[in-house]
Amino acid sequence: MWLDGSLDKAFGSRWNPMYYLGGLGYFYFWVVALSGVYLYIFFDTGIPKAFDSVEYLTNEQWWLGGVMRSLHRYASDALMVMMGLHIARLWAFDRCRGKRWFTWVTGVPLVWLVFVAGVSGYWLVWDKLAQYVAIASTEWLDFLPIFGEPIARNFLSPKTLDGRFFTLLMFLHIAVPLITLFLLWFHLQRVSHAKVNPPRGLAVGTMAMLLVLSLVEPATSQGIADLSRVPVPVKLDWFYLWPFPLAERWGAAVLWGFAVGGTLLLAAIPWLPPQRKEAVAVVDLDNCNGCTRCAEDCPYAAITMGPRTDGKPFERQAVVDPDLCVSCGICVGSCPTATPFRRATAPIPGIQLPALTVEELRCRVMVATKELAGNDRVLVFGCDHANKAGKLNGPRVAAVNLPCVAMLPPSFIDYVLSCGLADGVAIAGCRDGECYFRFGVRWTEARINGERDPHLRARVPRERLARVWAAPTEWRRLERELADFRARLRAMAEREAAE
Amino acid sequence: MTGALRYLGQGAVYALFAALIGYLSMYPVYDPFPLGQALVKFSLAYAGKPKGECRRRTAEELAKLAPNMRKPFVCPRQRLSLLIELEIDGTVLYRDVLKPTGLSGDGPSRAYRRFTVPAGEHRFVARLRDTDRAEGFDHVRDEKVTLKAGQNLAIDFKGTAAGFTFN
Repeated sequence: MWLDGSLDKAFGSRWNPMYYLGGLGYFYFWVVALSGVYLYIFFDTGIPKAFDSVEYLTNEQWWLGGVMRSLHRYASDALMVMMGLHIARLWAFDRCRGKRWFTWVTGVPLVWLVFVAGVSGYWLVWDKLAQYVAIASTEWLDFLPIFGEPIARNFLSPKTLDGRFFTLLMFLHIAVPLITLFLLWFHLQRVSHAKVNPPRGLAVGTMAMLLVLSLVEPATSQGIADLSRVPVPVKLDWFYLWPFPLAERWGAAVLWGFAVGGTLLLAAIPWLPPQRKEAVAVVDLDNCNGCTRCAEDCPYAAITMGPRTDGKPFERQAVVDPDLCVSCGICVGSCPTATPFRRATAPIPGIQLPALTVEELRCRVMVATKELAGNDRVLVFGCDHANKAGKLNGPRVAAVNLPCVAMLPPSFIDYVLSCGLADGVAIAGCRDGECYFRFGVRWTEARINGERDPHLRARVPRERLARVWAAPTEWRRLERELADFRARLRAMAEREAAE
Repeated sequence: MTGALRYLGQGAVYALFAALIGYLSMYPVYDPFPLGQALVKFSLAYAGKPKGECRRRTAEELAKLAPNMRKPFVCPRQRLSLLIELEIDGTVLYRDVLKPTGLSGDGPSRAYRRFTVPAGEHRFVARLRDTDRAEGFDHVRDEKVTLKAGQNLAIDFKGTAAGFTFN
């Protein structure tokens, strides 16, 4: 969170790299893929030829081939960093449990695939480093009793190595990234509006960084491989090759234990401990007109539009998949029938959460604002995952918490202000880019700004509405912004009294 | 933060990230091999003799088989374990009984070992027993080799005809 906040200051929430770790990972993947296509045109698969062709690219064609080689390496390294940060961040913010297990678990094999793709790339250069990697990785693999003959025997002496081995490696180095891409498609199956591209400014910045690094410190070979010599010392790429020194120190069995145990532990994280299951969103067909807004706003593709089943003259109806619904309530905030103004009948919208119905929410608003007094009364709609808005409760401030602020239908803001329940409404959600349910901040802003249905009505005085997007650690900022807001409300009241 | 400061901050973040990638993609240099030493790799992938003798099928047995399966001899699939030994300068560094691989024990026995020895002249004796004899070895090679520092010597077994090879 500290890192997020610091990078927010330099990049702003729109370009903060911490909010686009997955997107940056994709970006680096494509840089690796495109530079790899160029390198492949010139690459020759043969024992001395492989090294010679890479040397030609690096030295004689340094202005393009050399840059491409460096981009290929550095983007691969950056991809590894992004992947590590992406995993650590999702775990730290508890965004891997419950219904999100599928996305997490399908990401685990991606770690292995990226690792295998990276390591196999180092073999192809056939320099001293390639020799070290080839021997170390095959010795590690040979621990598994599945090979009739130890693969490391291919590298016993110059006489034992066959040029065809490189053809096989080349195939592996191309096939594994293709499988990775295919698995990435699976990985995002249950994520709607996935951020697979970083914003243009961030993409330009990170590409410029890779280019400058490629020109300042070009990737070079470490002398042709010689199987009659021990390939040390070597300059290892520690992003990919760190397991091999460990295998030498601990032994292949211990490293396999760590690798398999670590993979299983990583895959089990969504259930350590299992998340409490909230009741999922429920569709009320009497109030659903099949407008599709809930399906468009759901961050987890849990709502689809199906054929009408109740004979009403609408084309479609919302259908909730209970296996995918995370009970964020964002669909409630998007439903045009979710309004507290309805008096004659109970305010039942087309879709709502059984744990916090619209009627219950209206009731909580009424109770919370009942005791407020003064000319700077503020009702805060807080987020369960961003801050403890309940701590703000006092004679001038009341708080009502929601699973996500985007659960709040904009009509509630109108309701509070037009009924005089408070002098101002504050929405206190997750910091932009850190939303626990991904799109809470984005959709709320869009609805208030009239960019996404349902809009906040034009009659609502915007100066009486405050939005504070703050991380749980930014409690002081939340208090400060709320105090400023109340001061503005008091000034408004005094101005109105003077007029 | 003002506009200029923000761009400066972004530049600093990119520079830090580039420095991290640039450094860790090559450094620190890894050099685990001790100075003045050479490496000896002793390896083989070789199937021992079948465990037991082939026998001729009886006429009744042959009659029970499909016509295309009527081979006169039936041989055991399982192979014998190998006894392998490497001696350097009169000291046995490695001795092992290698079981055949495969679920039925009909695959080759395999070995792959690395030893670090000081550079200089050494006397290597590689021995292999691939039959069911109780004493001695079927294949032996005694060789004096002068190793330079950092040299890699591969001792391999290339089958009955070629025996042990030193590369």
